[in-house]
Amino acid sequence: MLHAVVVLLVCQLAGETLAHAFSLPLPGPVIGMVLLLAALLLRLPLPKETAETSDGLLKHLSMLFVPAGVGVVQQLDLLGEEGGRLLAVIVLSTVIALTVTAVTFATIAKYMGVGEEERKEAAE
Amino acid sequence: MTRFVDLWVYLSGTPLLWLTVTVVAYAVADAISAALKRNPLANPVLLAILMVSCLLLVSKTTFPAYFAGAQFVHFLLGPATVALAVPLHRHLPEVKRAFVPMLAALVLGSAAAICSSVLLAEYFGLGRAAILALAPKSSTAAIAMGIGEKIGANPALVAVLTVMTGITGAIVVTPLMNALRFRNYAARGFAAGLVSHGIGTARAFQVNSLAGTFAGIALGLNGLLTAILVPLLLPLLLK
Repeated sequence: MLHAVVVLLVCQLAGETLAHAFSLPLPGPVIGMVLLLAALLLRLPLPKETAETSDGLLKHLSMLFVPAGVGVVQQLDLLGEEGGRLLAVIVLSTVIALTVTAVTFATIAKYMGVGEEERKEAAE
Repeated sequence: MTRFVDLWVYLSGTPLLWLTVTVVAYAVADAISAALKRNPLANPVLLAILMVSCLLLVSKTTFPAYFAGAQFVHFLLGPATVALAVPLHRHLPEVKRAFVPMLAALVLGSAAAICSSVLLAEYFGLGRAAILALAPKSSTAAIAMGIGEKIGANPALVAVLTVMTGITGAIVVTPLMNALRFRNYAARGFAAGLVSHGIGTARAFQVNSLAGTFAGIALGLNGLLTAILVPLLLPLLLK
């Protein structure tokens, strides 16, 4: 686990450094993700447990959003004033974006004949 | 009573208390969600946030005091974003096969998420602070806050709206896709991850592993694309 943590942190640190040094529009962790993907594609000798530790971290991904979400207690004034409208925007925009994404994906996949095997696999 | 107060003063001054509360609240929320057969309404993130928020309000604890402990959980969002490279690499064959539909869905979906939130916010007459904070809401929290900083939005508000979007998507995705009669689980998962980032991805993994895989890919790709699109689209959308 130690070596996997080193890999993840070094990628993130390198990402942050690149983002600041070149004033890139991308956040540091995203550049870190691209760096790790590049390292995996180039078959660099990464520690074996990198995959295992990453999976473990991603398994509880939703827990990591709790502290930021609790920040809602700081925004109660704004939510009191604009909360109803904010919620309306979020719900409507979420439904629109979900529909646009799924319709685009499924329509093109059907047209190209890909995705059939995924559907069968999912039904099993 | 004085003893209890002394104990409280001691415990509330260490990061351990609120770190433990955050993890325990999530464990309880996850157990409730499992007991209710993963009903989308019993979203574990929503339940955990409600529990912790009530505890903070009742104990009159300020958010900075809470965050001094909870920051250790929050910090992991960065390494978790880096870790997304692993499932992305693992499922590269599927990703390559579904490359064209995915790319089209990514561009249209990402643009739809940004444009619909900004335009709807303007239509509902929301203030500039709220509009800016809504723009990056479909990317994952760490990325959204980074984008927020760059466009001059309040990162704390961005984080709250991002989490609210994640929870909303995780709750509506299953009933919405069933209503639309979509049975392509790659498409369903991709939509969940694109719109509601990590929380949607966690939900997609509850439904089935293929949906979860595509959700993880969408979460990574949309984090990237939202960071590029928001600064480009925002000047065109703002009145």
